[in-house]
Amino acid sequence: MEANLFTSMLFATVVAGTPLVIVALGLLVSEKSGVLNLGAEGMMAMGAVAAFAVTHETGSPWLGVLAGMGAGMVMAFLFGILVLSLMANQVASGLALSIFGVGLSAFVGKPFESVALAAVPPIRLPFLADIPVIGPALYNQQALVYFSWALMWAVVWFLYRSRAGLVLRAVGEAPGSAHSIGYPVIRIRYLATLFGGAMAGIGGAFLSVFYTPLWVEGMVAGRGWIALALVVFATWRPLRVIVGAYLFGGVMIAQLFVQGSGMEIDMPSQVLSSLPYWATIVVLVIISRNAATIRLNAPVSLGQPYRADT
Amino acid sequence: MTNPTPQAPSAPPDGPPRLVLRGIRKVYPSVVANDGIDLTVRPGEIHAVLGENGAGKSTLMKIIYGVTRQTEGEIEWEGKAVEVDSPAHARSLGIGMVFQHFSLFETLNVTQNVALALPGKPDLKALAKQIEEVSQRYGLPVDPRRMVHALSVGERQRVEIIRCLLQSPRLLIMDEPTSVLTPQAVRKLFETLRQLAAEGCSILYISHKLDEIQELCHTATVLRGGKVTGSCIPSQETPASMARLMIGKDLPVCEHGASTSGGETRLRLAGLSHASDDPFGTDLRDIHLDVHAGEIVGIAGVSGNGQQELLYAISGEAPLAEKFPVQICGIEAGRMTPDQRRTAGMGFVPEERLGRGAVPRMSLAENALLTAHTGAGLLKSGLIDFAAMEKFSAECIAAYNVKCGGPGAEAKSLSGGNLQKYIMGREIMQSPKVLVVAQPTWGVDVGAAAFIRQALIELRDRGTAILVISEELDELFEISDRIAVIANGRLSPSKPAAETNVEEIGVWMSGMWPGAEAAQEVSHAA
Repeated sequence: MEANLFTSMLFATVVAGTPLVIVALGLLVSEKSGVLNLGAEGMMAMGAVAAFAVTHETGSPWLGVLAGMGAGMVMAFLFGILVLSLMANQVASGLALSIFGVGLSAFVGKPFESVALAAVPPIRLPFLADIPVIGPALYNQQALVYFSWALMWAVVWFLYRSRAGLVLRAVGEAPGSAHSIGYPVIRIRYLATLFGGAMAGIGGAFLSVFYTPLWVEGMVAGRGWIALALVVFATWRPLRVIVGAYLFGGVMIAQLFVQGSGMEIDMPSQVLSSLPYWATIVVLVIISRNAATIRLNAPVSLGQPYRADT
Repeated sequence: MTNPTPQAPSAPPDGPPRLVLRGIRKVYPSVVANDGIDLTVRPGEIHAVLGENGAGKSTLMKIIYGVTRQTEGEIEWEGKAVEVDSPAHARSLGIGMVFQHFSLFETLNVTQNVALALPGKPDLKALAKQIEEVSQRYGLPVDPRRMVHALSVGERQRVEIIRCLLQSPRLLIMDEPTSVLTPQAVRKLFETLRQLAAEGCSILYISHKLDEIQELCHTATVLRGGKVTGSCIPSQETPASMARLMIGKDLPVCEHGASTSGGETRLRLAGLSHASDDPFGTDLRDIHLDVHAGEIVGIAGVSGNGQQELLYAISGEAPLAEKFPVQICGIEAGRMTPDQRRTAGMGFVPEERLGRGAVPRMSLAENALLTAHTGAGLLKSGLIDFAAMEKFSAECIAAYNVKCGGPGAEAKSLSGGNLQKYIMGREIMQSPKVLVVAQPTWGVDVGAAAFIRQALIELRDRGTAILVISEELDELFEISDRIAVIANGRLSPSKPAAETNVEEIGVWMSGMWPGAEAAQEVSHAA
């Protein structure tokens, strides 16, 4: 295979995987505190539309990203009020949030359909981008791609090296015990949920401002759900989440390439389009099927409301 | 037993009180847990709080520690009225607590668990060293690198105690701290507590072991039904007189007739070896044991020497690769699931009541169904017979004197002793041919413990073969016909209880029984 083709496929894979990396890492932090937010799809949609609108009005993609993050956090805060303060069921509330976010974003985004944004130029990292073959693919990318890599190390460091991360894991593991040794369980869960919302919003912003520079209703296209699945099938381990996200991106690009190349394959195109979804899940299930790993990494209290004994 | 010549504690120290409680009242939706409780603790005083299950001891301690708040009443800490609104606040005041139901995080290791309870950002490596030092100094052996989920109950308790000691508290609350320690470890713990008290730390000591309270505590407050029924100076009382204050009548004694030995072999372990699933667990090595109809065999040992693994191998929670090592009534059951083993005639009472013995959020009736569905005929052509289920559960509650809100009460709403009575009752009422029980009276008060032991003896007299795995030597000597010791995954030969004594079994517990490999290394022995 020609080096050029490989470079462009690698480039596209990274771009396609990036929103998943950002969103899934946010969800991972939120789930590690015991909050299961199935509203990722809705938070991403709201983030995408808010980012698009603000970028369109101000001309600044960075203000757009901030707006997307803000929109994700507002959604997450609504969710927090429901499930943390009012102790509503997390699954039902999350589903409602998804439906609400997708619908509201379509409504808010109506005026912006068929408007295009100027493409944001990538940032070329000196020297690194000159490495043959992989340099142009990895180091001549959007700023948010670099952000996603930084985020990955930040999350790993936070969860496994910092005290705050230890407390967060403790809250997700046994909220009752965490309360009894003096940690504010609800406040910590709010912070984790807001972080998850912020990342989902940024992931949405990446889609509408950088990835396609367009707003189309339903453009999130299930990425919120796949991010949720990634976290579970990666058994709540950040590095596996990344592997899964790029795998998804890679298969997505490969099947697009195959479909676009006019190759004769005796298979309906819908099967090819579904390939990234199930390939990612199958691979993650296989690499994470060890029961002990699951037991050690799954937050025990995931999805359960916590009420302090007063 | 803990100390043959109890040295009476010196007179309670004088001085301005460190903690004063006045008229503490705590009302839960369905029950008044504390009703007008007064209590005074001085610096350097070891103060016992005595009471039956449900007497309100744990609630009172939770109020002091800020886990929950009193409905009425005042708390005065070092001369100032305080509202303890959270455990963090309590700790900042200088109050530490060792919980009866542990507040540990299973997926974290020991060091991380301890670090979570300390202020600031301790360096984990230095902390691990500190933990090792404290654990050696106070005779609480535990490896700081181990994951908590792999620890036995006894080891977890050590972690809790170490965690508290590292916070250098001015008031230490200990809820049943010695339930699973060896006699030597209890003695060492007492030295620690006396030393802490001599340094001016006050200690609130909750226990049901009257001899321990006599040996250790300066003063005692006795609770019954949420009220103070008396306070005394334990060194001037007898265990019997304190028991009367506590339960309002004389201490029950187990009646233990001679065993009707010579029955058929009901449970046979024939060269049971099993590598533990947990990298830090204990591997079982070539265990041989026969349990006959109509006898109780006790297995003693320091926690963490393979008890948990042995129980899982017998119950089927960890099925074996081969069939022959576990034989139930002649059936080779090594590869059977727990349910199949129940059908073969075995009943189990696991060590963990909430989570293994019972599902915490399910009602008592539903919990009965879980193990007694066929054993007690609670199914009708494959469907649940709700009437039979309620009836079975109600009978169990009545026969075993379980204090609860009826068959519909959630399992987790019961105190440890009451839930244990219910679980024992559920198993015994299915008339198993073999009953395997782990830690039958852990954290259970005198009255309930005597009741449970008596129930086991009665079951034996009806011809059941019973295997009891316990870390309480007193208990094993009280009920067992034969005693064996587990150490580092190996089982000693058994000896009739009447022909041995605590000293000999104590030596065996460190792995040195006749015929044992001399240089055998024993893990976690105190």
